[in-house]
Amino acid sequence: MAGATYVPIATQTLGSAVSNITFTSISQAYTDLVLIANFALPATGDATRIQVGNGSIDTGTNYSSTWIYGTGSTASSGRASSDTSTRFAGAAVGPSTDFATGIINFQNYSNTTTYKTWIDRYSGVTSSEVNAMVGLWRSTSAINTIKLFNVVGSNFVVGSTFTLYGISAA
Amino acid sequence: MSSSIGIYASQISGHLVTNNYSSIQTVTVGSGGASSITFSSIPSTYTHLQVRYFAQTNRSLVVDDAFITINGDTTGGNYYSHQLQGSGSSASAFSSAGNGGGGVGIFWPYAFSATASGSYNYWAGGVIDVLDYANTNKNKTLRSLSGSDANGAAPSGYPAFVTLSSAAWFNTSAITSITFKSNGNFSQYSTFALYGVK
Repeated sequence: MAGATYVPIATQTLGSAVSNITFTSISQAYTDLVLIANFALPATGDATRIQVGNGSIDTGTNYSSTWIYGTGSTASSGRASSDTSTRFAGAAVGPSTDFATGIINFQNYSNTTTYKTWIDRYSGVTSSEVNAMVGLWRSTSAINTIKLFNVVGSNFVVGSTFTLYGISAA
Repeated sequence: MSSSIGIYASQISGHLVTNNYSSIQTVTVGSGGASSITFSSIPSTYTHLQVRYFAQTNRSLVVDDAFITINGDTTGGNYYSHQLQGSGSSASAFSSAGNGGGGVGIFWPYAFSATASGSYNYWAGGVIDVLDYANTNKNKTLRSLSGSDANGAAPSGYPAFVTLSSAAWFNTSAITSITFKSNGNFSQYSTFALYGVK
C-alpha cells in the first residue's frame, strides 16, 4: 500500500539576519531530503554554498560540483573539484527585497555505502539567473547536518525561509 | 551574536503528513545488478507521478545514458525529448527523436556515473516528474533534473553532467508501467522510487 510521505522536518524563518543556516541532528528515517529556501542577501555579489557532515560540518576538500546557468542572454556551465563546499546559488543573490528560491534534493542521504549526490535548482530575481547544479560529497557517512552559508559573509535577511523535508520510499 | 542556528529535528513535534504525496513502489538493486528497472501496475488514483533515483551503472570508465519505456511501447517514433546540459565547461542543448536507445522504446539521458570495476563510488541523482499520467485524452509529458559529478575523475570528455530534460510520449493511454534501462546494468544499491502526487 502506498504510504504518505514528504514530511516537514524543520523550518527556519529568520526574525534576524544570520550568516548561515544549519540543520543538525537530521533524522535518518527518510530516503531523500528536500531543502526549500526562499531567501535574500543585503547586496548582490555574494554566493551561497552548501556543506554537509555527520555530527559536524565537513570543511575539508571533499566536495565537487557542476552547474549550468542562464542569465537571460547567455547560458554557461562551470565546475569545481576538491572544493570545501558545493555551489548552491550563483554570485548574484540579492538585494534584500528580492527573494530568490532554491530547491535542493539530497538523494539517498542516509546510506553509509556510497558517496552522496545532490541536485538543485535556483532562480534569482534581480540577478536574472536560473541555475541547476549537481553536488558531490566524497564520503560514505550519512548526512545528518546541512549548512548554507555565503562566501563573502553576507547575512541572510529577515524573512528568509528554509524548510527541510523528508521523503520515505516504500 | 551567534551566526548559526541549529535545528534539532528530534525536538520538532507535530509533523504534518498529508496524503498528497505518497510512496507507491521502490526498487533497490541487489548484489547481482539489474539490467532494467520496472514499475508496473501503477495505480491511476494520482494526478502526477514523481520518480526519484540514485543510480550507477556497472560499465567501466564511461558515462551511460538511461532510457525510459512507457507501457512497454518500443515504437521509437512515439518518444521525443529535449535536453539542456552543462558539462562543467560548456552549456549545450539537443534533442532526441525516435528510437535512439539500442532497441528499447526510448527517451533518454540521465547522465549516470559509471563504475570502474567497482572502484568508483560516484552516483547520479535525479528527479523525474510525469504529469497527468492517467489522463486518456492527452499525450504525456515528462520533465527531469538530473546530474552526476565525479570530482573530475570521470573519463576524459565526460567530467560531469547536470541536465534539465523534457520529453513527450505520443500516446493518450494512461501510464501503467515505466521501465528504466541503460547501456550497462544498474549497480547494486541503485534505487528508483516512485511516488504519486494528488
